[in-house]
Amino acid sequence: MTEMNLLQAINSALDIAMASDEKVLCFGEDVGGFGGVFRATSNLQKKYGKNRCFNTPLTEQGIIGFANGLAAQGQSPVAEIQFADYIFPAFDQIVNETAKFRYRSGNQFNVAGLTIRTPYGGGISGGHYHSQSPEAYFAHTPGLKIVVPRNPYQAKGLLLSSIRDQNPVIFFEPKRLYRASIGDVPETDYELPLGEAEIVSVGSDITVIAWGAQMEIVEKAGAMAGEERISCEIIDLRSILPWDVQTVENSVKKTGRLLINHEAPKTGGFAGEIAATIQERCFLYLESPICRVAGLDTPYPLALEKEYTPDVFKTFEAIKAAMNY
Amino acid sequence: MAENSSKAPKTSKPKTVKPVQTKPKRNRQSKTTIPAKTTKTSQLSKQLQQTLDELGKEVSIEMMRMMLLIRRFEERTTEMYQQRKIGGFCHLYIGEEAIAVGTAWAKKPDDYLVTSYRDHGFALALGMSPNECMAEMFGKVTGCARGKGGSMHFFSKEKNFLGGHGIVGGQIPVGTGAGFRAKYLGTDQVSLVFFGEGAISQGSFHESVNLASIWNLPCLYIIENNRYGMGTDVSRVVSIEELHKRATAFSIEGLAMDGMDVFECYRVMKDQIEKCRKTSRPALIEAKTYRFRGHSVSDPGKYRSKIELQAYKDADPINRTRKTLTEVGWLNDEDFKKIDKEVKAIVIQSIKFSDESPEPSLEELTQHVYS
Ligand SMILES: Cc1ncc(C[n+]2csc(CCOP(=O)(O)OP(=O)(O)O)c2C)c(N)n1
Ligand SMILES: [Mg+2]
Repeated sequence: MTEMNLLQAINSALDIAMASDEKVLCFGEDVGGFGGVFRATSNLQKKYGKNRCFNTPLTEQGIIGFANGLAAQGQSPVAEIQFADYIFPAFDQIVNETAKFRYRSGNQFNVAGLTIRTPYGGGISGGHYHSQSPEAYFAHTPGLKIVVPRNPYQAKGLLLSSIRDQNPVIFFEPKRLYRASIGDVPETDYELPLGEAEIVSVGSDITVIAWGAQMEIVEKAGAMAGEERISCEIIDLRSILPWDVQTVENSVKKTGRLLINHEAPKTGGFAGEIAATIQERCFLYLESPICRVAGLDTPYPLALEKEYTPDVFKTFEAIKAAMNY
Repeated sequence: MAENSSKAPKTSKPKTVKPVQTKPKRNRQSKTTIPAKTTKTSQLSKQLQQTLDELGKEVSIEMMRMMLLIRRFEERTTEMYQQRKIGGFCHLYIGEEAIAVGTAWAKKPDDYLVTSYRDHGFALALGMSPNECMAEMFGKVTGCARGKGGSMHFFSKEKNFLGGHGIVGGQIPVGTGAGFRAKYLGTDQVSLVFFGEGAISQGSFHESVNLASIWNLPCLYIIENNRYGMGTDVSRVVSIEELHKRATAFSIEGLAMDGMDVFECYRVMKDQIEKCRKTSRPALIEAKTYRFRGHSVSDPGKYRSKIELQAYKDADPINRTRKTLTEVGWLNDEDFKKIDKEVKAIVIQSIKFSDESPEPSLEELTQHVYS
């Protein structure tokens, strides 16, 4: 084990993926010699050469389209989109080509090898275009997998699985935690399962779900609730698509209450999907309405960022409200 | 195979600045100094003379003053960013001021203008107040966009400034639409669409210029070629050297200008704007420039050599203008210092204004998402 921050863990995963499989290529804007704006790809060009880790022009649609072509021929491209806010010029390629390649070709072709890495989320005073959490747009697209790690250990294991998974994966990296989250990470190769949530603390009164950077928030809120003798079962969803319905269902059947927290705006956010599915399966077990603590239905703001975000206090208040329903 | 991206940046020298080869001659009647015509004038300096004649002393000095205001404004912006009074991402225009200023004086007030996130220079040059610009960056409700956007999102309806745009290439189709409207209503306006050389790799550039060409739209597309898109040297990501030659692909005129010479920027933009107004044909203009600072305030810019940076700093557009105006006898050191002092005071005032402005109210957060 070595202490790593989240960026180092990602770098370590990429390093191992490239070392263990020649088909793995890393590219994107300033990804080559520079190592990307956050330095997630540091030293990879030096180690694996310019043919395996390189810069592209500023063209998101081009990057993902090019990656689709590579992947369709059996390579494993790991394409970086510099910020998740800039993924939209590539939306068409992702939704119409990446997600449907296998289905459309009657399973003759697929882009299984493709992984799209992109930093997402706020809390860095980034304003409109360096803060968004666009996972829900993609969750509406069968054929994609969506993964969001919460800490360095998770990031490395989940990224290695994503690169090796036989389906295209969008890997959203919580940029607020890039340097802030530090933890013990094995230097060796390991994988963590996709599509499986993780119960990070067992509880009996209310199930609290989040993913990525919001895990830190709900864990703190859970601790505050604990001081008021409210026992929270905290679950890291880890994969948004496909998501682990069973783990959440089992938990809610036990606790009778569910709170979902995400940073993206509430309307159309992924919490809505979880809430709908869980009420179908757990209707008679519910003691209070399923509750969503999410970003406001506004663009991500520059000023009043604190007021916008679904923070610890909002989460704590919502937990109490669910208990007192 | 992929381009080598770890090569040291090329250190080709920019065009060296030729001092004006004219001696000033005082014209007592008009109280302005007209550069005397010398026999050995180069083509460039002849043009410069003509431009100076056209602009006159007051306006020429006003243009230099505006460049200096932008420079001082942004120097203080850096400080405010470091003091965390400014959040978000913040991209400086230092080194590129001549383009915005030359353009602002060449356009008609109601011509549209749209640019990227590197927008402070355009905002000020178009006449937006330093107060509303600084306050915007402070996230105050007195900012030009009510503090909602910050540095990359300056807008002014009054100035027909359709904004700073943070998504690279995002503004190019927007400016094209504005050009179509002008043509549709027969308003005589021209739409000036600015973007970095990095942006020409985006599909939006190609899609827009093609539309403008087939529909004869009064749009000018200006590439601010500062040679880098973040850490990437243009030569590694664009398939041609002279970017304006991309115009050929759209059957429109393409030309280059020295983006570090405010009088050349003025002259070229003026010519092109008037031509575009008359013919409603788009053109592609490449302004060759350089940013003296990193990509954003937090970028040390280590991907460029010191020699290269110095060579461009030697061609500083403000020094160059100062020198020209001094040589023609329109400006002396004292005048310059006085102007500098004035603009510095304006900038300080804008900081004071922003500090004292109220924070946006909570309602501000949810207002203006819809009508
Ligand atoms: C669609 C999109 N992709 C990536 C970015 C990140 N980014 C911001 S500026 C920039 C470089 C742009 O370079 P250029 O167009 O030359 O403009 P300059 O910054 O040099 O003025 C990049 C990659 C972005 N803002 N939008
Ligand atoms: Mg550039």
